[in-house]
Amino acid sequence: MGRLAEGRLVPVLTVVLAIVVIWYGFSVLLNTPWQQGVYARADQAGVGLFQYLADVYSQQRPVLPAPHQVAVEFWNSVVNANPATPRSLIFHAWITISATGLGFLFGTVLGIVLAVLIVHNRAVDRSLMPWVIASQTIPILAIAPMIVVVLNSVGLTGLIPKALISTYLSFFPVVVGMVKGFRSPDALQLDLMRTYNASGAQVFWKLRWPSAIPYLFTSMKVGVAASLVGAIVGELPTGAAGGLGSRLLAGSYYGQTTQIWAALLMAAALSAGLIMLIGAVQVLTQRAMGARA
Amino acid sequence: MTESTSVVAAKGLGLTFDTGDGAVQALSDVDLDITRGEFVSFIGPSGCGKTTFLRVIADLEQPTAGTITVNGTTPDKARKDRAYGYVFQAAALYPWRTIARNVALPLEIMGYSKGEQQRRIASTLDMVNLTGFENKYPWQLSGGMQQRASIARALAFDADLLLMDEPFGALDEIVRDHLNEQLLDLWAKTEKTICFVTHSIPEAVYLSTKIVVMSPRPGRVTDVIDSPLPKVRPLDIREAPEFLEIAARVREGLRAGHSYEEA
Repeated sequence: MGRLAEGRLVPVLTVVLAIVVIWYGFSVLLNTPWQQGVYARADQAGVGLFQYLADVYSQQRPVLPAPHQVAVEFWNSVVNANPATPRSLIFHAWITISATGLGFLFGTVLGIVLAVLIVHNRAVDRSLMPWVIASQTIPILAIAPMIVVVLNSVGLTGLIPKALISTYLSFFPVVVGMVKGFRSPDALQLDLMRTYNASGAQVFWKLRWPSAIPYLFTSMKVGVAASLVGAIVGELPTGAAGGLGSRLLAGSYYGQTTQIWAALLMAAALSAGLIMLIGAVQVLTQRAMGARA
Repeated sequence: MTESTSVVAAKGLGLTFDTGDGAVQALSDVDLDITRGEFVSFIGPSGCGKTTFLRVIADLEQPTAGTITVNGTTPDKARKDRAYGYVFQAAALYPWRTIARNVALPLEIMGYSKGEQQRRIASTLDMVNLTGFENKYPWQLSGGMQQRASIARALAFDADLLLMDEPFGALDEIVRDHLNEQLLDLWAKTEKTICFVTHSIPEAVYLSTKIVVMSPRPGRVTDVIDSPLPKVRPLDIREAPEFLEIAARVREGLRAGHSYEEA
């Protein structure tokens, strides 16, 4: 038991338990007005506590569905639905994850390329860096529909527009992280390269790039989460085309709150999974680069 | 001294740094000749310009007055010819490379063949007694071993000049004594010219054939002592009268050049 408390499991489960308890509480609180209305219309009075809780926790369209309702919806749409149909969350998750992956790839490559330019060219540093920062002050939610519409009109539909929104969100942490990473070698290490009369390319590949690897992984973890948000935001205006974003939108059109929460749960699980995946690659890479086990 | 044996020749060398706080004169009117095969120590208090002088030889700093030649040419050309190996105060090994791959770094940059790299890694690691540690990462080695690996890295390519900037400054005295012995041994084997910056009088006297005493504000040479000690020096030579005599002269030179009231 003592060892468990030292691990990560017990603290995490404690927090989860607390959240579930609070959630059940708010679920009653928020769904009560509707339930009172139902009882008033049916002329029911003097409902017992257990009956009341049973009714409140089994509403069709609750304001806040109880955790078990979300869990049942999640189970039904993940396990019991055919993954090839839009009824399945797997179907939507796959659409979102492919846009996320593509956007993340674009964003990481773009971020690294920009960081290389910024580090190696003073003019680029001065002229580009302010724009990179300014780009992130634009609320993506506001321009996402415009990007989708504009790209649609030039014949780009489906995956690409969403991936580009993901790119837009994910390149930033990579640029900032990699600029810092490429600049992380200290004066001593750069002097050493100078004593060898090393070329710029040699300094980059033998010193700057390996020094920046830890920064790359940290940036990618932030970037991949941003990519997922970008893909979901990109799916909101596309509506019927599928994806977790369109699932969220459809849920809110039809008041399917449970469906929304299930989709949110799926999005959270995806982003946790992606970050863990990058973490695993990071551990493998660091081991190959001689980090302390 | 003929022109061909001169490794470093400085005449009226000066270097002024422009700092935001005004100009700082790091070196002033330094005249010095170093010939092939010498072991030259630079000793003086902080701020006397000994490291700066080494960095000028290495073309890491540009002098603002006077002239300097390295191997009979400019420091810039000498650097491009890879005329010297530089050992810094910190080992500055790349943590993501094994010891062997760290030693291979300059060889890779200078385009040695794979086979030649292997041969040189083996021979230089043997020279600094690190055989068997090829596949260890720097963090698995002690500070003294790391510094030995960085010396191996500087020896791996064919530079006749070894510049060492307080390489053992961060190590304890027991390790330092041991490394000093090994360094003398290495110097005898390789017949390189060594320029060695230090804070320690015994270290300077024990190692050198020539001791350059420097003083600060502005950094200048106050004394150049040619050591009469034999080339082969056991550690206990440090109790010999000649040794103590030179040490006393160095100490005197340091005291003359530096008034401690202003420190």
